[in-house]
Amino acid sequence: MRKVAVIGVGMVKVDHHWKESLRSLFTKAAINALEDAGNPDVEALYVGNMSAGQFNKQENLAPMLADALGLGSKPSLRVEEGCSSGAAALYMALKDVASGMHDFVLVGGVEKMMDTTTSDATFIISTVTDQEYEAFTGLSLAGINAMVMRLYMKKFGVKRESFAKFVVQMHENASKNPYAQFPFKISLDKALNSAPVAEPIHLMDCAPIGDGAAALIICPAEKAKEFTSDQVDIVGAWKANDTFLFHMRKDFLSLKATIEASRNAYDMANITPEDVDVAEVHDSFSIAGILAIEDLGFVRKGEGWMAVEEGLISLDGEIPINPSGGLKARGHPIGATGIYQAAEIVLQLRGDAGKRQVPDARIGLSHNTSGFGTSAIVHVFKAK
Amino acid sequence: MLPSNLWREIPQRYRLEAVFCPKCSTTYFPPRELCTECGSRELEKKKLPTKGKLVTYTVIHTPPKGFELYTPYIVGLVRLEDGTHITAQITDADPNKLDLDVDVEAVIRKVKENGREGPIYYGYKFRPILNANGAPERKC
Ligand SMILES: [Zn+2]
Repeated sequence: MRKVAVIGVGMVKVDHHWKESLRSLFTKAAINALEDAGNPDVEALYVGNMSAGQFNKQENLAPMLADALGLGSKPSLRVEEGCSSGAAALYMALKDVASGMHDFVLVGGVEKMMDTTTSDATFIISTVTDQEYEAFTGLSLAGINAMVMRLYMKKFGVKRESFAKFVVQMHENASKNPYAQFPFKISLDKALNSAPVAEPIHLMDCAPIGDGAAALIICPAEKAKEFTSDQVDIVGAWKANDTFLFHMRKDFLSLKATIEASRNAYDMANITPEDVDVAEVHDSFSIAGILAIEDLGFVRKGEGWMAVEEGLISLDGEIPINPSGGLKARGHPIGATGIYQAAEIVLQLRGDAGKRQVPDARIGLSHNTSGFGTSAIVHVFKAK
Repeated sequence: MLPSNLWREIPQRYRLEAVFCPKCSTTYFPPRELCTECGSRELEKKKLPTKGKLVTYTVIHTPPKGFELYTPYIVGLVRLEDGTHITAQITDADPNKLDLDVDVEAVIRKVKENGREGPIYYGYKFRPILNANGAPERKC
């Protein structure tokens, strides 16, 4: 397999883009990535998208977006993997370049969620869970996370305050990120006291819905230096699954797919969790962020909340988590999220992350999951 | 949606029918075609016990479309007497008095209506088993 590098990243701010269409949103992010890379001739397109069919009544995205970008007859594919559709697109594009099939590939993600009502969006998001035995009972994705949060609080003696502190940290990071949907700080009081969504989860524990698109340009590592002096290589990648039904899990407090995907990605990259300088993790709910820190191997099981309390996850902490603000405050336009995460890590490793720059970041990780950990995709990046 | 998806789930929704792997003694709810533990493809029908304990639960305030009329409602994870887990609404319970590990039993209830012309969906829910004083039972 060939080594693969990222030579361009492009994002649009996650927002309520009332004036943009699915097509224009994606095209703008892709143009940003192309310009960042120095406009190489792209040979193929991968696009991650969870549910344009439900959110926008539009399917057949890959030819539509390839056409919008002027890619003519070049191969294009849409990749769907629920909430981790963005990382899944990168996973496929990576194999494409590593195999030698193509040299320059544009990989992006897009989701336009704001054209629906909250109850429609909550239902559409719940379609990543089992329709006949989870969603049928009226259970939402927030509800599954809430059941886990209640168990976690009981088992480890944790209060809602600890989760709220994670939320405060995400907003603090997002306040330094021009691409964030919520680029402002919030108080602990505000993080703690919002309307209940699925108790014990309250509104401020949840990632928002929003519109967004992000894109990367990847190519063989040996060709990257023609385009950039700030080359970032993708040195590890893996996808793993867990039981589709949450109630079939043997351990309700561990994300097994995250454990397996990260261990395989670490092996491929020849590193250990201690070597990771910065990580973007899938904090669709505050509990999911805490579990991710544990299951990626940064701290032991049951100690994720302590890492937050002790400041280990802050920008100057031992293991900075979600410098972008994470899904919580950067935003979670579902199928684009995995690409936003990868783009953030590339900016961090290049030293281009502005006010939210983690000092001396050399190795970074992105972690995108689907459903409640029904699958996880981990990518490991390294500055050249 | 046509009612075919409702009709084909009736054995599970009304009678808690599961499957059992005689080779490795694993129970699956809902039923499936092969045993993911040992790979056996010869599974037998099994009726689940109707009593168990509440492992964890949530109180839903922001529902998916179709459940707006029922909020707030409780959804829980129940461990049945044979160790099988099931996801279900918890009914006839005060969310403020509910706790982990209370004893629960299955009942058949309306789950939701599908518009004015669609079929009404029924299925299992679980309710706390009350002791003589009307308080939730919790045998440890
Ligand atoms: Zn078996």
